[in-house]
Amino acid sequence: MIPFLRNSWRWLTSMRTALVLLFLLAVAAIPGSLFPQRTIKVEDVRSYYVEHPDLAPILDRLWAFDVFGSPWFAAIYLLLFTSLVGCLTPRTRDQIRAIFRPPPAAPKRFERLPHHAVLESAREPSFRGWRKRRQVLEDGTVTVSAEKGYLKEIGNLLFHFSLLLVLVGVGIGSQWGWHANRLLVLDEEFCNTLQQYDGYGLGPRVSASDLPPFCLKLTDFEVSYQDTGMAKSFEATVNGDQKFSVNHPLRLDGANVHLLGHGYAAVIKYTDAQGRSQTTVSPFLPLDDMLTSEGVASFPDAAKQVGFEGLYLPTNGMGRSKYPAEDDPALMLLAYEGDLGMDAGIGGSVYKLDKTRLKPVGEAKMLRKGDTWALEDGGKVEFLGTRPWITMTIRHDPGQPLVLAGAVLLIAGLPLSLYGKRRRVWWRLHPDGTAEAGGLPKTDYPGFAEEFAKVTRR
Amino acid sequence: MSDTLLTVTVMAYLAAMLLHAADYAFGRRGLVAKALVGTAGPPAIEETPNQEQKRSLPVGRLALGVTGIAAASHLATLVTRGMEAGRLPWGNMYEFVIMATFIGVAAWLAIALLYPDVRHIGLFVSLVLVLLTGVAGLVLHTPVGPLVPALDSYWFVVHIGAATLASGLFLVGFAATVMYLLRAGYDAGKRGGLYPFGRYVANAEAVERLAFRMHAFAFPVWTFAVAAGSIWAEAAWGRYWGWDPKETWAFISWIVYAGYLHARATPSVKRRTAAWIAIIGWATMLMNLFGVNIFFSGLHSYGGV
Repeated sequence: MIPFLRNSWRWLTSMRTALVLLFLLAVAAIPGSLFPQRTIKVEDVRSYYVEHPDLAPILDRLWAFDVFGSPWFAAIYLLLFTSLVGCLTPRTRDQIRAIFRPPPAAPKRFERLPHHAVLESAREPSFRGWRKRRQVLEDGTVTVSAEKGYLKEIGNLLFHFSLLLVLVGVGIGSQWGWHANRLLVLDEEFCNTLQQYDGYGLGPRVSASDLPPFCLKLTDFEVSYQDTGMAKSFEATVNGDQKFSVNHPLRLDGANVHLLGHGYAAVIKYTDAQGRSQTTVSPFLPLDDMLTSEGVASFPDAAKQVGFEGLYLPTNGMGRSKYPAEDDPALMLLAYEGDLGMDAGIGGSVYKLDKTRLKPVGEAKMLRKGDTWALEDGGKVEFLGTRPWITMTIRHDPGQPLVLAGAVLLIAGLPLSLYGKRRRVWWRLHPDGTAEAGGLPKTDYPGFAEEFAKVTRR
Repeated sequence: MSDTLLTVTVMAYLAAMLLHAADYAFGRRGLVAKALVGTAGPPAIEETPNQEQKRSLPVGRLALGVTGIAAASHLATLVTRGMEAGRLPWGNMYEFVIMATFIGVAAWLAIALLYPDVRHIGLFVSLVLVLLTGVAGLVLHTPVGPLVPALDSYWFVVHIGAATLASGLFLVGFAATVMYLLRAGYDAGKRGGLYPFGRYVANAEAVERLAFRMHAFAFPVWTFAVAAGSIWAEAAWGRYWGWDPKETWAFISWIVYAGYLHARATPSVKRRTAAWIAIIGWATMLMNLFGVNIFFSGLHSYGGV
């Protein structure tokens, strides 16, 4: 049993195995870019199910839609990191020993070394910048051992330990981190509780009560566009004075708020035949870059339940928007009446009507800002205008500082490890004034011959 | 203006490539010369660079000169593009390719001046340059435009700058690796496919060392580019890493090149095996540059085609 374990450990920590695992890790990441991933865009996974109804469940069982959280991906990187630890432990021990121990004594025969030179007369070399050890033998012979390039292995170890640090940081982030999304219309306010989010994900060690308390009210949102319709700048202001924009998140204590997207919410007033009126603010979702947007407005409290499907064009142009700013806004509405399905308690989408018990009423109608549309049953709809909305992601990742520290150390260690050269040089000065020198590059170092010549020329 | 200059650039690279090819065919060490002298088989690799230079016709140096002219025109293409756009010229895929290939040619010219004994790999370098700049001009070309707000960040300069630099260096490393594999394969007795061309590569060891140095230089730069991208992603999207297709392939390239450097440092792994890993590494870089922009949509999609 023991020999088997020892052999397995030897196999796991060998460079060959590490190379195979590295290669496997690269190959294993490929499906993560080929198949839609739940962690990136869950809607794409749903549409993949619709397009490939037979294949999708099989792929799903193989974790093809959660590649980076899959057991086989984890198995590869955990084996790789185990192999790494197994390799680093003895090397760290050796390096610490090498630091505390002076360079080894001069070998008997220098001619066996890759480089050696015999000198007619020589003074004792100073070896400034080298780590050295000087010995005087009984017959008066002086030997000097010198070694340089310890930083190579230090950089190497630093690089690999930094990888471990990054892994720990990623792990802490996934256990104790959380994120949530929210669409917020101008002048609306929400507070940092799970009920008020459109979607969220909590790490296994985070509970709802751990979320830091804060409330955000969107008090201003500015956007400007180029002539092509491409956005030039965005800026959101919350709570009157806290501004944030793309690339410049709002950093709160315990959470960061990032601006992701924006659009228009239609403000629609409906008055039923009895004269009871109700106003809704309905966020419309953009369909294209020019912010052609669609959405719904529901009025469940009217005498007869009414709902509208709408298409909003900030700059009207043949059924599509021509420009994302509101240069010539138009709202197309199609009315439905019947049962909106809200009383049944089934949480439907706020962006779609459940048309199972609804029937369309009349033709679609185009409204300008302020227009009123009198419906056949005596009710009327008024398009009061629009308010901008923004989508935000609110995140907290406590592993982030560790990952950053790991990345910085890793980048610091890498050049040392790649460009460092460890080498040893020995001198033996005989009592008669002659001397000999030998050199040994400990790593692949084609320039050593030159350096050795320089050292021995003096 | 910039577009015209690009045409000039591609043509000049093409001319440089033809001159390099002529050097192979008609230079002193070329096929014809060999036939006249009557020495078949591989050229003597123990030749020192100096002797070799004295004996070679000026065609090789001419090819290098034309590459220099092409590089100047290449730089002018970038500068005029930047002036027309009023910003740094690396905002979309077209500009990125032009920028990365320029880094590649600049690195190559520096190497060719410092180490004359690897100059002959210019044939392969200029071939890759013709292909990449040609594809950029014909397929990827996008009219001049301003940046989208998401790219309006100083991290843009840092991240894209480092990624371009690393790509250019990996490009030269790749070219040298291919030449090394041809020569090493030829020396090992392979005669099929392209291997017979290996005999025009003077020194397998020198070319292999150049390939390693390029990769050893490019790898930390690439690491830095990925790290800088993460820092920017945290500010822009809220997370430093999200397995977006571009990020996934950057990770794959990083892993493969890390594998190359480990394989190169391991005595029990053959140099040729290590070289093949570097070739796979370049394939993943190309996949990230072209494949990801064309086939996948992700957060890096404003790269455009």
